[in-house]
Amino acid sequence: MAAKNKEILLDPLFNNNPIALQVLGICSALAVTTKLETSLVMSLAVIAVVALSNVSVSLIRNYIPASIRIIVQLTIIASLVIVTDQVLKAFVYDISKQLSVFVGLIITNCIVMGRAEAFAMQNPPLPSFIDGIGNGLGYGLVLLVVGFFRELFGAGKLFGMQVLPLASEGGWYTPNGLMVLAPSAFFLIGGFIWVLRIYKPEQIEED
Amino acid sequence: MRSNGYIFGFAALVCAVCGVVVAGSAVSLKDRQDANQRLDKQKKVLSVAGLLTAEEDLEPADVQKRFTDNIQVKVVDLKSGQVAKDVDVATFDQQKAAKDPATSAAAPANKAKVQRLPKRANVYLVMKAGAVDKYVFPVEGKGLWSTLYGYLALEKDLNTIAGLTFYQHGETPGLGGEVDNAKWKGLWPGRKAFKDGKPAIRVVKGAAPPADKAPHKVDGLSGATLTSNGVTYLLQFWLGENGFGPYLNHLKKG
Repeated sequence: MAAKNKEILLDPLFNNNPIALQVLGICSALAVTTKLETSLVMSLAVIAVVALSNVSVSLIRNYIPASIRIIVQLTIIASLVIVTDQVLKAFVYDISKQLSVFVGLIITNCIVMGRAEAFAMQNPPLPSFIDGIGNGLGYGLVLLVVGFFRELFGAGKLFGMQVLPLASEGGWYTPNGLMVLAPSAFFLIGGFIWVLRIYKPEQIEED
Repeated sequence: MRSNGYIFGFAALVCAVCGVVVAGSAVSLKDRQDANQRLDKQKKVLSVAGLLTAEEDLEPADVQKRFTDNIQVKVVDLKSGQVAKDVDVATFDQQKAAKDPATSAAAPANKAKVQRLPKRANVYLVMKAGAVDKYVFPVEGKGLWSTLYGYLALEKDLNTIAGLTFYQHGETPGLGGEVDNAKWKGLWPGRKAFKDGKPAIRVVKGAAPPADKAPHKVDGLSGATLTSNGVTYLLQFWLGENGFGPYLNHLKKG
């Protein structure tokens, strides 16, 4: 059982990454990754929401009437997202201001509902919890990679610390303006998928 | 197949449980969130008044102390320019007042695209040795994508700018978002707001001449003409007759 749980946890990181393989949750991955700090908090928020929604859905999976299961899942997810948003506002106010609407938009992040529907509806609470953490981590991994490159090349910083001295402040580095705009995340995610599939050729889709 | 009664009952139960969880978290965290918001505002006012630098990392209680020690909050009636005496300064919320039809009116047509104008607005007096040293005014107006919210600080001559800072906006990062750039904000202190009694300060396209030659001009943000114009319009609006103009006139006379 332990080995299986480990597999559930680690599988979504590279083998079955929700962004890179399932191509879910792209929208927020574009929006919040201009800085590592916001990427990190967003990842933690999504991990918390996926894990808790998976547990809640799994706990009541045998009682949910099939005809209204999607809306029940959504109600649970939406409630959890609102609670997460409130907690962020109360404890990390500055970051929650930067994340603005995107915490609320976790509700529409397909990863959350995808996992509730595909995994938590069929599995007991503990594996569902682990699956939620794993998928959240898989999402967070991509966010952090994208955030790392965007902050480094877009602002010359990492976690808000100046790493590359900017030309406008007397250094040598001219920031790449594309990196602070959303489209650059497309290129970076594309690059991530490319590198991943070099090492995992089985992920390449057949025409 | 479950019965309809079961389905309705189940849905109602899920809603009730989720409702309790959401309401519970909102109510129990409200005080903390309000405190955060207040603190954030106080920090911004302190920083535009030059009493708090970006490097300083103060405890909330210290921010509060520095704020109450140095700053007097006033509420002024925009039209008459008088300090309103019958309001509780501690609970007055200008942004709420601007939304409430009872305490606001539609703003006259203006380039800053301010839609609603509150009848009363906050002014922060920065005190030094018992006398007013600087005045801090809340300002807002449209940039390119978003409404910019900020504070403008004037020296006690009511003409020299002591600082300008924006605490909320959604301008393009790297272009219009450079209104947050410390270097650009550093261009403001020492410039003059008025010329012949009219608001004259503006952001020009490209580089402005040195402050002693052209005290009413500030460098534009490259690649962000519309944001720069927005800053010009909003400053001129709030310094003008529909904004804090009457209050400033009142002060100059008195």
